[in-house]
Amino acid sequence: MALLEVHNVHAYYGNIHALKGISLTVQEGEIVSLIGGNGAGKTTTLRAISGLLPPRAGYITLQGEDLRRYKAHQLVSKGVAMVPEGRGVFARLTVEENLEMGAYHRSDRTGIAADMKRVYQLFPRLEERRRQLAGTMSGGEQQMLAMGRALMSRPSLLLLDEPSMGLAPVLVEAIFQTIKEINKAGTTILLVEQNAHMALQTAHRGYVLQTGEIVLEDSAHNLQQNPVVQKAYLGID
Amino acid sequence: MAQFDVRETMRLGLLAGVVAVTVSMVGMVESFNQRDVITRYLTLGQLLLFTAPVVAGFLTVKRAGDRSWRALPNGALAGLFAALPIFALLLLTLAVPTIRQQLVNVSPTLIRILTFDNGQLVGGLLMMAAMGGLGLLGAVVYVVPDRISDPISLAVGWTLLVGLLSEVLLNVLRPLLSREVVRFLFGTRGIQWQTAVIIFLILAIAVFLWRNGGRTYYQRIPRQVLHWLALALAILIVWIPRDFSWLPPSINPLWIKIGLTLIPLILEALLFFSTRSATQPALVKSITDNQLGRARLASRYLIVLLILPAILGVYLTEVVDNIGLFILMGLGLNIVVGFAGLLDLGYVAFFAIGAYVTGILTSTGPLGVAGLSFWVALPIAVAASTVSGLILGIPVLRMRGDYLAIVTLGFGEIIRVLAVSDLLKPYIGGAQGVLQIPKPVLFGFTILQPQHFYYIILAGVFLALFIAGRLRDARLGRQWMAMREDEDVAEAMGIHLVNTKLLAFGIGAAFSGLAGSIFAARLGSIFPHSFALLISINVLSLIIVGGMGSLPGVVVGALVLVGLPELLREFAEYRLLLYGALLIAMMVRRPEGLWPSPVRRRELHAEDDLAMQEPA
Ligand SMILES: Nc1ncnc2c1ncn2[C@@H]1O[C@H](COP(=O)(O)OP(=O)(O)OP(=O)(O)O)[C@@H](O)[C@H]1O
Ligand SMILES: [Mg+2]
Repeated sequence: MALLEVHNVHAYYGNIHALKGISLTVQEGEIVSLIGGNGAGKTTTLRAISGLLPPRAGYITLQGEDLRRYKAHQLVSKGVAMVPEGRGVFARLTVEENLEMGAYHRSDRTGIAADMKRVYQLFPRLEERRRQLAGTMSGGEQQMLAMGRALMSRPSLLLLDEPSMGLAPVLVEAIFQTIKEINKAGTTILLVEQNAHMALQTAHRGYVLQTGEIVLEDSAHNLQQNPVVQKAYLGID
Repeated sequence: MAQFDVRETMRLGLLAGVVAVTVSMVGMVESFNQRDVITRYLTLGQLLLFTAPVVAGFLTVKRAGDRSWRALPNGALAGLFAALPIFALLLLTLAVPTIRQQLVNVSPTLIRILTFDNGQLVGGLLMMAAMGGLGLLGAVVYVVPDRISDPISLAVGWTLLVGLLSEVLLNVLRPLLSREVVRFLFGTRGIQWQTAVIIFLILAIAVFLWRNGGRTYYQRIPRQVLHWLALALAILIVWIPRDFSWLPPSINPLWIKIGLTLIPLILEALLFFSTRSATQPALVKSITDNQLGRARLASRYLIVLLILPAILGVYLTEVVDNIGLFILMGLGLNIVVGFAGLLDLGYVAFFAIGAYVTGILTSTGPLGVAGLSFWVALPIAVAASTVSGLILGIPVLRMRGDYLAIVTLGFGEIIRVLAVSDLLKPYIGGAQGVLQIPKPVLFGFTILQPQHFYYIILAGVFLALFIAGRLRDARLGRQWMAMREDEDVAEAMGIHLVNTKLLAFGIGAAFSGLAGSIFAARLGSIFPHSFALLISINVLSLIIVGGMGSLPGVVVGALVLVGLPELLREFAEYRLLLYGALLIAMMVRRPEGLWPSPVRRRELHAEDDLAMQEPA
C-alpha cells in the first residue's frame, strides 16, 4: 500500500476547474516530484492533499485511510506537513517561535527539544538567528525556516511547494541536498517544482502536470531523457 | 558651516502658523482659555497657541544642525512666519467685520486673546513680536548645550503638566494642607506662579544633578536601601490622614491601615525566612523565591491601589472608575484585535448586552423581570455577552480585514438600533431605557459610592488582566498569534481556525459584558445612547495608542484617552479632533504604541534589535 494515493481528484476555485481528475501515488520513503508550468495546478494539488481545498470529486488516502474525514488542521497529527509556496513563515514571530509553532500539536517536550536540535543541525543558520524576526530573514533563510518548521511536526509526508523559488544557484543546490538528507532520515517527500532540472535530479519518480491534468508519469531518470520534458521543462532542444 | 534654507524656515514657520490659526478658528483657543495653567499668567489656550512657534523655531535650527548663535535669527524668522496666518486672520476681521457669520468661532473674545486686548493692528504686531520671540526661544533651546537646555525644557514641560492637572493635585492635597497653604499654591483654575517657580526649580535642579553625576551616586545606593525606602513611602501614603467616611460603618479605617501595612511586612518576613534559614517553614517551601520576590514588589503597588479611593476623593474616583471600565473593555477588545488580529468595530454591542441583561434581570421598575441580585445577574450577563460574541463570530468566520470591520460595525449599530426601537420597547424600554436598577449589596452593605464601585472594578480589571495574560502565554494565545499572521499556514500547523476565532470573539465579548454589567449597576439606569459607536472607537483607539496586543498598553491607553479628557473637561468638545491628531501623531512617531508588547516592538524596531545583537 502506498503512503499517499490521490484518486481522480477534481478541485475547483469557485467555477474555475483547477484540477481535472488527478491521480498519483507516493510510496513510503520516496521523493516524488511534480513539475509543470505556471498555473498548471501544482499548488492546488498540494492544497487538496493538505485539506485546505477539499476535492469536489475523487478522494485521497494516506496509508489507506480516506482523508475526506479530516479537516486541514487535523492532518498534521496524521503526519502530513506542508511548506507553502512563498515560504509563509510567521513574519512577526522569531525563528525559534516559528519552529515551536511547527510542533504546535505535539506535547512531548523532550521530543520537541530533540527535533529542534535536529533542525538546527540541518540548518545551522537558523540556530545563529534564533531570536531574529522571521520576516527580517533573507529569502533563503526563510525557506530553511519554513522547512525546519514543517519538520518540527515530525511528518511522515512532507509537501514542498517550490523550495527553490527565488534562491541563488548555490543555495538551490544546498536546499536540494538538504531535501535528500531529510528523505534519507526517513521522511517521504512530495516535491513541487518549476526547476525541473533540479527536481528530477533529486527525485526518484516524477509527474508532469499541465492545465490541471497529469500528462506524464515516469521514473525521474526516464523523465529527464524524455524529449517532451526536455523541450518544455528542461530547456533542451 | 550649515546652510540655512529660507524656504525650509518659511515652510516650517507657516506650518506652525496654520496649526495655530486652525486651533483658533475651531474654537479651541477660546474655550481652552478658560482654564489657567498658571493663574493669571498663562492659560491653556495661550499654551496651545504659543507651542507652535517654539516648535517651529526649534525644528528650523535642528534641521540645519547649526549649534552656533548664528542660527538664532532663523528661529526668530520661523516664529515670525508662524504669526503670519494669525495676522492675516486679524486683518480679515478688520476688513470684513461680518466675518463671524462665516467663521462662527472667530468671536470678539478670540480676537481679544489673539491681540492681547490691543486692537487688531497693534495687537497683531504684538503677536508677531511674541511669536518671533518664541521662535527665537525654540532656537535657543537647540543651540544651548544639552547639559543646560535638557533640565530646563524637561522642567518646563513637567511644570506645565502639573499646572494642567492642578485639579487632581488640589483634590489630593486639600485634606492635608491648611487653607492658607492651599491658597498660596493654587489659584482658582491652575497653580499660582509661586508654585510654578518652585516646581520648576526643584525639577530643573534635580534633572541637572541627575545628569551631572547624580545617576552614578544613585546607582551606588544598595538596592536593599531603595527597596526599603519605597516600602516606607508606600506605608507612609497609607497612614496619611484621609477621608474614610465612605467605608461601611462596621469597618474601622484603622484596621484597613494596619492591614495594608502588615501585608508587605509579612511578605518581607516570609522572604527573610526563606533565604536565611536552612530549616524552612513548610509554607515557605511551597512558594519559590522568585514568586515571593515578585509578590513583594507587587505588594507595594497594591497597597497604594487599595488605598487610592481615599486619596482621590469622590470626583476623581469616579474618573478612575470610568477608566477602569474602559480598561476592562480594552482588555477584551485587545484579545480580539490585538491577539487574534480580527478588526471588530462593533464591540460596544457586547457592553450594551451586558448592561441590558443586568438591568432587566435586577430592575425593580416595571421592566424588571426577575428582581435578581446583582451578583446573580452578573454571571448571566457575562454569559449572554459571550454567547452573542459567538453568534456574531459564526457569520463572519470567513471574513477578513475590511469586510470584517464593516460587518462588525453593522452589528454594533443593529444592537443600538434595536435598543431604541419600538419593537423591543415593551421589554427594554426603547429610548426611555431601563430604570431603577438597584445597587449591589455585599454582605449586607450597599455598594453605592464611586469609592465602593472602585473595588469591584479593580477586582474585575485584575481578573481580566490575569485571564488575558494567561491566555496570551497559553496554547490559545499561540493559536491566535499564528492565525493573525497567516490563516492558511496556521491551519496547516494543526490549528482549528473556527474554534480559535470563536474563542477570541467569545472571550473578548465576555470582558465587555462584565464592564457593561458593572456600568448598569453603577448608573442605576441605562439608555440606548450610552452605547454609541463612539464607545467602540474609543476602545479601539486606546488599544492602538497603548500598543496593540500589549496588556500594560491597554492600561496606559485608557489613562491617556479616557483619563485625560475627563480631567480636562474643556477637551471633551474636541475629543474626536484630539483623537485624530493623537492617532496620526502616534502612527508617524510611535506606531508600536506607548507601551508596546515585545512582539510589536521588535517588529517595528527590528533594525535596532539587530544592531544590538551584532557585536560592533
Ligand atoms: N484562490 C484562487 N482563486 C481562483 N483561482 C485560483 C486560485 N488559486 C489558484 N487559482 C487558479 O488555479 C489554477 C492553478 O493554480 P496553481 O496555483 O495550482 O498553479 P501552480 O501550478 O502552482 O503555478 P505556479 O507554478 O505559478 O505556482 C490557475 O489557473 C490559478 O489561476
Ligand atoms: Mg504554485
